[in-house]
Amino acid sequence: MDNVIQLQKKLVDYKTSLFNEGILDDQFTQLQQLQDESNPDFVVEVVSLFFKDSERLFDELAKTLDQQNVDFNRLDAHVHQLKGSSSSIGAQRVQKVCILFRNYCEVRNIEECLKCLQQLKREYYFVKNKLETLFKLEKQIMEAGGTIPVQ
Amino acid sequence: MENGFTSSPRNDTFNPAGLRVLVVDDDPTWLKILEKMLKKCSYEVTTCGLARDALSLLRERKDGYDIVISDVNMPDMDGFKLLEHVGLEMDLPVIMMSVDGETSRVMKGVQHGACDYLLKPIRMKELRNIWQHVLRKRIHEIRDIECLEGFETIQMSRNISDQSDDGHLLTGEDLTSIKKRKDFENKDDDKDYGDPLSTKKARVVWSVDLHQKFVKAVNQIGFDKVGPKKILDLMNVPWLTRENVASHLQKYRLYLSRLQKENEFKTSVGGVKHTDSAPKDSNGSFGIQNPISMQQTDISNGSYEFSCSNSLIQNVSPKSVEGDLQGIVSVPVTEPKRALSVDVPDPLKARSSQRDFDCFVPPEADISFTAFDSTIPTQFSWCKVPESPFKHECKPLQDGFSQLPLPGPQHPIQNDHKQSVPSVSSKSSVADRDIEIKPLDATCRSHHSNHASPTGTMIDSFSGQAEVPIASHQAFEPISTTASSMKNQGFNPSSISNLDSAQRNINRGIGSSLATLDEDLKLYLLQGDCLAMNLGLQDIDFSLYDDPLLINEVPFHLYDSRFDYEHPCDPAEYSVVDQSLFIA
Repeated sequence: MDNVIQLQKKLVDYKTSLFNEGILDDQFTQLQQLQDESNPDFVVEVVSLFFKDSERLFDELAKTLDQQNVDFNRLDAHVHQLKGSSSSIGAQRVQKVCILFRNYCEVRNIEECLKCLQQLKREYYFVKNKLETLFKLEKQIMEAGGTIPVQ
Repeated sequence: MENGFTSSPRNDTFNPAGLRVLVVDDDPTWLKILEKMLKKCSYEVTTCGLARDALSLLRERKDGYDIVISDVNMPDMDGFKLLEHVGLEMDLPVIMMSVDGETSRVMKGVQHGACDYLLKPIRMKELRNIWQHVLRKRIHEIRDIECLEGFETIQMSRNISDQSDDGHLLTGEDLTSIKKRKDFENKDDDKDYGDPLSTKKARVVWSVDLHQKFVKAVNQIGFDKVGPKKILDLMNVPWLTRENVASHLQKYRLYLSRLQKENEFKTSVGGVKHTDSAPKDSNGSFGIQNPISMQQTDISNGSYEFSCSNSLIQNVSPKSVEGDLQGIVSVPVTEPKRALSVDVPDPLKARSSQRDFDCFVPPEADISFTAFDSTIPTQFSWCKVPESPFKHECKPLQDGFSQLPLPGPQHPIQNDHKQSVPSVSSKSSVADRDIEIKPLDATCRSHHSNHASPTGTMIDSFSGQAEVPIASHQAFEPISTTASSMKNQGFNPSSISNLDSAQRNINRGIGSSLATLDEDLKLYLLQGDCLAMNLGLQDIDFSLYDDPLLINEVPFHLYDSRFDYEHPCDPAEYSVVDQSLFIA
């Protein structure tokens, strides 16, 4: 039981830090509140969808930027999509880079766009990592017989 | 379908549980989240990742949903277009969503008829309230119908001589009761509504054909003299009620006036985006959003969505009106990629080459898309067809072509083309302003910006890519404005011819890539609701106008059967379009 309590504390602290650092925002909390007995893996499922979709979008972005004549409209459309999906799980930092990215698309600055893509990937993998750690913690708690503390 | 709501008539309480919601979003993450959220609100949720799937779902189960929630940015179709379609065809409340909250976007949503515009990330409480939109809409509908009925009755009394089909004269008492009815809105709404909560009117789905009939009837009667009963009688659709017609008429009027406003507003805006109808193969998902475009195309190739100027509208009138609804069905353009730039002043023939024709993306599709996408999407579809001398100008494609005035190589408008203009339908109403359409890079699947240039037309060269998205051409000003006033406004016949050729190109272009991208053509489209098209009309051979092949190539939806074209249609081609576009 101590173990569970310890893990639970660890989880809470971890989550709090994610929020404090602006990695996740309130939307993530909303997602967690949506989860219920009828759908106990809801958050994990949604986040997995996000991962999959984002990686697809990264490919598209890279492809688009790789063209001779970069199609900024198309680029912008993809970034917009990414912005939307990052907003869905509360990946705040990713979303912020998207906004920046879109600005550069508007002024058609390829250099900056490329930089943004890199930054985007960094933020994405960062949040992905964090979330995966979070889910692992939760799994540990459940396997130890505990329940996930609701923030 | 059963009513999604439950209500208890006793105390007029409204229970939103069971509200049937259709959610459309290309983002799988959001789709899942929204589904969950809506289920938590006790709604009955159906999700859709594609706009076109959503449309077909809606059409299949015509009374199957109470409200639609859709994202604005979707790959296969612009959310605004979907919004238009749903509003016109199914008359359901639509809520838009986006992560982008720019005022201009929100405004666009409202202009297109959205009940609400939600910003992502969406909260539960926002979704909990959506049932209000459904209720509100129902209440308004009942009100509107009653108003219209009252209005119509009054009209009847005024036009006694015309009331052969209406029958009775109104007595003084009748008039009083009508007045009373009109006043009800301001007073006891509840009583007069009956119970909107439990009354679920059977929804009439205004299919392309039905709308065609409607428009035809309106044109026949004369827009100014029109009334639901007259229309109903002319339409000769046994199961249709006057209420249905009345509410549809009202929408139609609003649509037309909005078109007109948009046309006025859009002077030289070039930023008509080519809608998402990016190069999609013609799978029949043409966004025939603008009936006008249909009209226009009908003449030539039925694919342009040229907001015909008044003259055009006139031409199109009988047909265009019908086309309106059809236009509503916007399906992703099959090959939007072709951007043909047409040199307006240049006689179409000279410019567009045969290839160009092929390159045109089905104008309807593109146009309709762009039309919707563009600022004045709706303009096209509701082509008000005032009684105009040109009414009979609308001819089948073939005729249309032959009618095209070939102003001769690039010269300005010739007024003698006016006559022929009408036949060109959309094209003819080229207004004073020419819209310059820049050819899109073939790889650019998105939008063209069209600049309306008051001067002549310039031809830009396309990047020599085979597929150039067709820029949504701006509706020709005259066209858009003609919605309300059909008069030739000094259109530029040359532009018309360009349009015509462009149209044809578009028509021909369905499914084929534009080969003449390297040519410098720029279509100056008269401002209007026309989609800016970059027509790569190189050497348009006017003889092509009469080419039946052209006609055949035009997708059915473009032609819009209402035009009563005698031209042969390629059934195979049309069937694809037809199924996707029209309500069975």
